[in-house]
Amino acid sequence: MGRGKSRKPPEISSGSMADIAFLLLIFFLVTTTIANDKGILLQLPPPPDPNIVQEDIKIPERNIFKILANSQDQLLVENEPFTATMDELKEEVKKFVLNFGEPGAEGVEVYNSLPPSLKAYVNKNGKSPLSSDNPVSKAIVSFKAQRGTSYELYINVLDAINAAYNEIYAERVGITVDEWLTLDRDDDIQKDMYDRARNGIPRAISIAEPD
Amino acid sequence: MSKFKKSSNTSNDIPTAALPDIIFMLLFFFMVTTVVRKADILVKQKIPRATQLTKIERKSLVSYLYIGEPVNASLFGTEPKIQVNDVFITEKDIIQFVNQEKDKLSEVERDQITMSIKGDIEVKMGIVSDIQQELRKANARKVLYSSIKKIKD
Repeated sequence: MGRGKSRKPPEISSGSMADIAFLLLIFFLVTTTIANDKGILLQLPPPPDPNIVQEDIKIPERNIFKILANSQDQLLVENEPFTATMDELKEEVKKFVLNFGEPGAEGVEVYNSLPPSLKAYVNKNGKSPLSSDNPVSKAIVSFKAQRGTSYELYINVLDAINAAYNEIYAERVGITVDEWLTLDRDDDIQKDMYDRARNGIPRAISIAEPD
Repeated sequence: MSKFKKSSNTSNDIPTAALPDIIFMLLFFFMVTTVVRKADILVKQKIPRATQLTKIERKSLVSYLYIGEPVNASLFGTEPKIQVNDVFITEKDIIQFVNQEKDKLSEVERDQITMSIKGDIEVKMGIVSDIQQELRKANARKVLYSSIKKIKD
């Protein structure tokens, strides 16, 4: 009995616990990939209704910013070959959208709601009679690719157009582009900010069908 | 000599008792953050890079379309193909696929379905535009061009 009292309770050795955990860790490291669910969002137009005859709507040339891409991945921007970087394309789009050539009542209202930095931008670069009237209902960015255009170029151009719009929106509410992109629309304050930025300047991107 | 020897009688073992805990913490982190991929990708996937990325808020609304050159070129040729789930489909089957995916969602969510296009950068626009036409017909008009964050230089 005396010997029994001095006996220690049985113990499971836990020295190899770390090894087992390591093994599992390495298994998960190797087998899984972190899901990538980010990308450029685009809303496609509704399908053409066969019952309604398509009417040709005449939009003045100055209100359309035309970007064409051919099968050799060459760009034609506003009827001129474009060889500069995508950053410059973004600037061109930005200038076009914020032109306010012939704003009218709705355009003036949007212009007055802009922060001073954007007003200065408009006064410096915009007000050209050859470019868009106002961003409210007139300015449209049109992008047409051909069947042979590479998907990479398509994404790059789409990215540049979106970048131009996002920069305008972000500057309008006084945040950076990165903050703009991570705005959570379920949050009321952030949703209000989002609506204020987009009010009057819709993202008018037209993706034409390739020939 | 004896002077130096005396000072070194402290034990210089690092206690390793907390090591399993640290490893478990890492393990749980990886288990939680990673998603096991459901489908085997049978096409080449070199996702384009872009800067203006938006994140999908609700993953349950997303269906994936993989476009690219088949990996197994000897079996499937080198023409870019469309893959959904585990199989190759043609453009004509897209409407059917979209309807299948919509059936999985509840009625109020059906209009919000997002099609994530995972295109290889070497794919041409012809096939992408054909898919878009079919998606318009199937009334799945929210499209996400899956891309990776571009590092600005």
